[in-house]
Amino acid sequence: MTSLLTVTAAVPALGAVATAAVPAARRTAAKWLALAFSLATLGLAGVQLAQFDPHAAGPFQLTESHAWIKDFGVRYELGVDGIAVVLIALTAVLVPFVVLAGWHDADPLETHSKRWRPTQGFFALILMVEAMVVIAFEATDVFLFYIFFEAMLIPMYFLIGGFGDRAGERTEEEAAAQRSYAAVKFLLYNLAGGLIMLAAVVGLYAVTAHQLGTGTFSLQEILQARAAGRLHFATVTERALFLGFFFAFAVKAPLWPVHTWLPNAMTESTAPVAVLITAVVDKVGTFAMLRFCLQLFPEASKWATPVILVLSLISILYGALLAVGQRDIKRLIAYASISHFGFIILGIFAMTTQGQGGATLYMVNHGISTAALMLIAGFLISRRGSRLIADYGGVQKVAPVLAGTFLVAGLATLSLPGLAPFVSEFLVLVGTFSRHPVIGGVATLGIVLAALYVLVLYQRTMTGPVREPVRGMPDLRVRELAVVAPLIALLLFLGVYPKPLTRMIDPAVAHTMAQVDRTDPKPPVQANDVEAAK
Amino acid sequence: MENLIGLLVLVPLLGAGVLLCGGRRLDRSGPWVGTGLAAVSFVLGVWLFADMLGRKGDNRALDVTVFSWVPVGGFRADVGFHLDQLSMTFVLLITGVGSLIHLYSVGYMAHDERPRRFFGYLNLFLAAMLLLVLADNYLLLYAGWEGVGLASYLLIGFWQHKPSAATAAKKAFLVNRVGDMGLSIAIMVMFTTFGTFSFAPVLAHADQAGEGKLTAIGLLLLLGACGKSAQVPLQSWLGDAMEGPTPVSALIHAATMVTAGVYLITRSSAIFNGAPDAQTAVVTVGAVTLLFGAIVGCAKDDIKKALAGSTMSQIGYMILAAGLGPVGYVFAIMHLVTHGFFKAGLFLGAGSVMHGMNDEVDMRRYGGLRSYMPVTFWTFGLGYLAIIGFPGLSGFFSKDKIIEAAFAKGGTEGWILGAAALLGAAITAYYMTRVMLLTFFGEKRWQPTVSDSGSAAEDGNLPHPHESPKTMTIPMILLAVGSVFAGGLFSINSAFLKWLEPVTGHAEGHSPVGAGQVTAATMVVLVIGAAVAWQQYGRSPVPVTAPRGTLLTRAARRDLLQDDFNHVVLVRGGEHLTRSLVYVDHKLVDGVVNGTAASVGGLSGRMRRLQNGFARSYAVSMFGGAAVLIAATLLMRAV
Amino acid sequence: MNPVNYLYLAALLFTIGAAGVLVRRNAIVVFMCIELMLNACNLAFVTFSRMHGTLDGQIIAFFTMVVAAAEVVVGLAIIVSIFRSRHSASVDDASLLKL
Repeated sequence: MTSLLTVTAAVPALGAVATAAVPAARRTAAKWLALAFSLATLGLAGVQLAQFDPHAAGPFQLTESHAWIKDFGVRYELGVDGIAVVLIALTAVLVPFVVLAGWHDADPLETHSKRWRPTQGFFALILMVEAMVVIAFEATDVFLFYIFFEAMLIPMYFLIGGFGDRAGERTEEEAAAQRSYAAVKFLLYNLAGGLIMLAAVVGLYAVTAHQLGTGTFSLQEILQARAAGRLHFATVTERALFLGFFFAFAVKAPLWPVHTWLPNAMTESTAPVAVLITAVVDKVGTFAMLRFCLQLFPEASKWATPVILVLSLISILYGALLAVGQRDIKRLIAYASISHFGFIILGIFAMTTQGQGGATLYMVNHGISTAALMLIAGFLISRRGSRLIADYGGVQKVAPVLAGTFLVAGLATLSLPGLAPFVSEFLVLVGTFSRHPVIGGVATLGIVLAALYVLVLYQRTMTGPVREPVRGMPDLRVRELAVVAPLIALLLFLGVYPKPLTRMIDPAVAHTMAQVDRTDPKPPVQANDVEAAK
Repeated sequence: MENLIGLLVLVPLLGAGVLLCGGRRLDRSGPWVGTGLAAVSFVLGVWLFADMLGRKGDNRALDVTVFSWVPVGGFRADVGFHLDQLSMTFVLLITGVGSLIHLYSVGYMAHDERPRRFFGYLNLFLAAMLLLVLADNYLLLYAGWEGVGLASYLLIGFWQHKPSAATAAKKAFLVNRVGDMGLSIAIMVMFTTFGTFSFAPVLAHADQAGEGKLTAIGLLLLLGACGKSAQVPLQSWLGDAMEGPTPVSALIHAATMVTAGVYLITRSSAIFNGAPDAQTAVVTVGAVTLLFGAIVGCAKDDIKKALAGSTMSQIGYMILAAGLGPVGYVFAIMHLVTHGFFKAGLFLGAGSVMHGMNDEVDMRRYGGLRSYMPVTFWTFGLGYLAIIGFPGLSGFFSKDKIIEAAFAKGGTEGWILGAAALLGAAITAYYMTRVMLLTFFGEKRWQPTVSDSGSAAEDGNLPHPHESPKTMTIPMILLAVGSVFAGGLFSINSAFLKWLEPVTGHAEGHSPVGAGQVTAATMVVLVIGAAVAWQQYGRSPVPVTAPRGTLLTRAARRDLLQDDFNHVVLVRGGEHLTRSLVYVDHKLVDGVVNGTAASVGGLSGRMRRLQNGFARSYAVSMFGGAAVLIAATLLMRAV
Repeated sequence: MNPVNYLYLAALLFTIGAAGVLVRRNAIVVFMCIELMLNACNLAFVTFSRMHGTLDGQIIAFFTMVVAAAEVVVGLAIIVSIFRSRHSASVDDASLLKL
């Protein structure tokens, strides 16, 4: 099938339309429809994984290429490398859980009329986001990527602003005001980043048009032209373009100090949408750093590396310290995510195989672990109707399964060996350390701080004497267990046997490293021969 | 045979999985399932041991690679096992003592609500600990290292409804994480230096790395060891860890997990041998801790905390020995094994006492228990004799060797270390005699226990001490047997030395003091220590509430103010830091953004005055704009 | 005759139209002035077309006429409905559409 990539993106898009078209009264049907379409996408992502050959020559596979806007050299070009295919799989895996976890999040309240339709809208928007994220992972044309990179803000905006967390002791008006503040903040931050990127995209076109005769946005064409020496960026131009791209991705990722939209957005949205933000949409930012920033502008990337490493180091420690200081469960998880994104960006710009491979793996693992943690936190919050840590205590006694799974997800967040995030975090740290020992060493402090915020959260909410409001809290229901158990199984499996992923990622990382023209530092003592002899 | 090694780890892991996910169906059979699986892994261990004995000295190690764990570029971490004499020793200790403590727990935890989970955690601990000692590379060791930390966290906090237990668990994990950070950075340094972190290549090439690198790795490994083995300055968690059920204290916080640091240093002997500065740091840590732990042990009235101080101090001996290099490795491990027997026995004894005394832990409220709990008294007594180094018992053989080796270090350093070790022996005799006298001798000082609700109960709640059930006494008896004979058995023909020598290497020390003199000196200090304790606690009645005590006693009761230091500097400091950062994030980082938004808003408020709604004024601006454009065009043309 | 003169005429007509838009208040008159400006442009287009010997200018002139016709339809309808509701055709009175 030559148009597999298009189909993978089209199925959720179709699903969105179909879900939105379900009549108001049949909202349960809409939910099942959305779930079916997200599962179909998962199946297609599985086919992609199966058809992808990690050892094939050439950077991209399953490619599709059609002319689109001829006058500006814009092409509809899709293709996946090992990194993209893994991230598409992550997206496809997470969305069914998001749908399932958000099953009742958009149900009408008693005050709503029978013709209330947002339930359909909620699920349609989720599928819409999925479609856009998938195609952003697939696009190998810079302009095509840009369009969907920006377009996904629209459904996200409505998801954040339209379907808020109903928890908390505040009036509906206050909640709505805080929600729309968060949604607007999200939109403005990302639009600002996007606009700067747009300028850089136009600049890229100008450079290619000037030097190649015809302007192009095709990643492959640009890379080939540069390899053949037909295309050469002037130093200043390259740096300016790099910064334009990087700023947009840093906002999306988010990197300190352009991170403040994330805690608001994650706190005010429902838990499944928060998962969508941090585990799916934000990954496009870090992914794009690997695919576009490093590959298009290798020299500028190397030039900017020191600053970016320091910023990501700040992100790691700052995010973790702020997580320790939070009183709101969801805000705590949001700041923890900022810390983790710091690790991802650190790994990408460490410019070592371990760093970049680890960063890619980190994207997947962070997606799964944060999804697990956030969704369980969402289940907890929905039981008590409060996001404040101080409102809980002793949950372990009344809802042991909930507490147990929460602990496992928390342990994954603090990178306990045996759970998936450990592998990636260690790879990132080793990769960074081998080139920048001081930064790698300081970043390791992050593992202590991670233990602090996770365990403090667990202790305050789950242990101790049973608090009055917690008494009688039901344990996880079947639907909730169906969300949590597979995620935890995945965390365990990928922690013990990450090879299926690393097998995919490795060649793609090698390709990126080749584009940046960097090789791993050689250890001074060649000790591996002993193992060979053994 | 190789496959059995994997099975050794897998069996308890399977047990943990089944018990933790099994649900309420396993509530009744759970304890026996857990104990059975622990016993199975012990049988496997013995089988492997027999197999190993069948081979000759240099040929005893087994290697097996199960699968490739993390292959990324040049970074290769395998799940592979390396079973040599050193890990074999640990396997037998862990599964042997582990099985006994599982058995003991069946009785001890019989009245608990959720014994199934307890046994699940215990099995998880066994699996992680076996992984730690069987791993053939540092990363897998690290996985086991953190795994035992997790099991320890879960078990310390097993009675989670008690806030003190939950806090102690968190503290243990956090302090351990600091140590783990050292270990993980050590692995990173290894990777950048050697391109690998498997034991064989790293240790074989250690001499090529240069002393600077080795010292760095050594110090970082020491940091890891300090965390796990509760050595100064990361020792503060061990005392609090006694919040866990007593079998946990016996297994994890006395016999096995806390000795992982000694294993790590011994395993990395090639690195430490090439880094004298790191070795100096190791012996310093060991010497300081052995005194620190002993002093703390003297002041505690809580029987488990007194024993915890003792554990710290004994591990200090082992670390000291391991830091002495090839002279000491074997003795470090030997003391580790004998300590495993007698300390586990002592803890189980303490648990038995608590079991009979309504979970009372204050020794000042014991007294005269020897006739009520004869088995406990005798087994505890044998453990007591073993730990103070009574001639002929286990502790005598192992501790004596360490003191000798310390003197053999030579020079001023040797004298200081030797003196510290001797002083430690004296204090050990003192605090152990104190524990013994307070608990089993003297008058009954039993007090009504305070019920859970916090109100002092009436006299009906006076404890009725009784001997513990068979499941508890049998392990105690077996461990007491080990405490008595293990040291002697190991020393026949230097059997233990010959057994371990192929792995750790051994060098005879040249002590400025003769072996006989050291033994004599040890005996003298031992008698002095015990006599002082008898003078204080045996001859005069003991007050039920502790007297104010000297400055040192008061400090020692508070763990020599370490906790206060941590609290003021780290906890308070950290709180201020995070609070101020939260403020900064809200006001400054976010403030800049919101400020930008506000100024844009203000600007557009002014701009909108231009929109006055009069069509003709719009027309004027249109014409004006057109005129400007035309003028600009003409101007550009002209230029 | 020199075609440039037509351009002068077009400029003159445009200026008259522009002045009318700016100074008159009656919407109908403003509207007629706009028509005057459009026709001035048409005249200029046709003149240029003649001068350069191409048809482009004439084509655009036709476009302009079509657009102007459409504009008249919409514009007059608006003016009439405003007059009905306010009894005034002054453009300054209809100034409510602002922020």
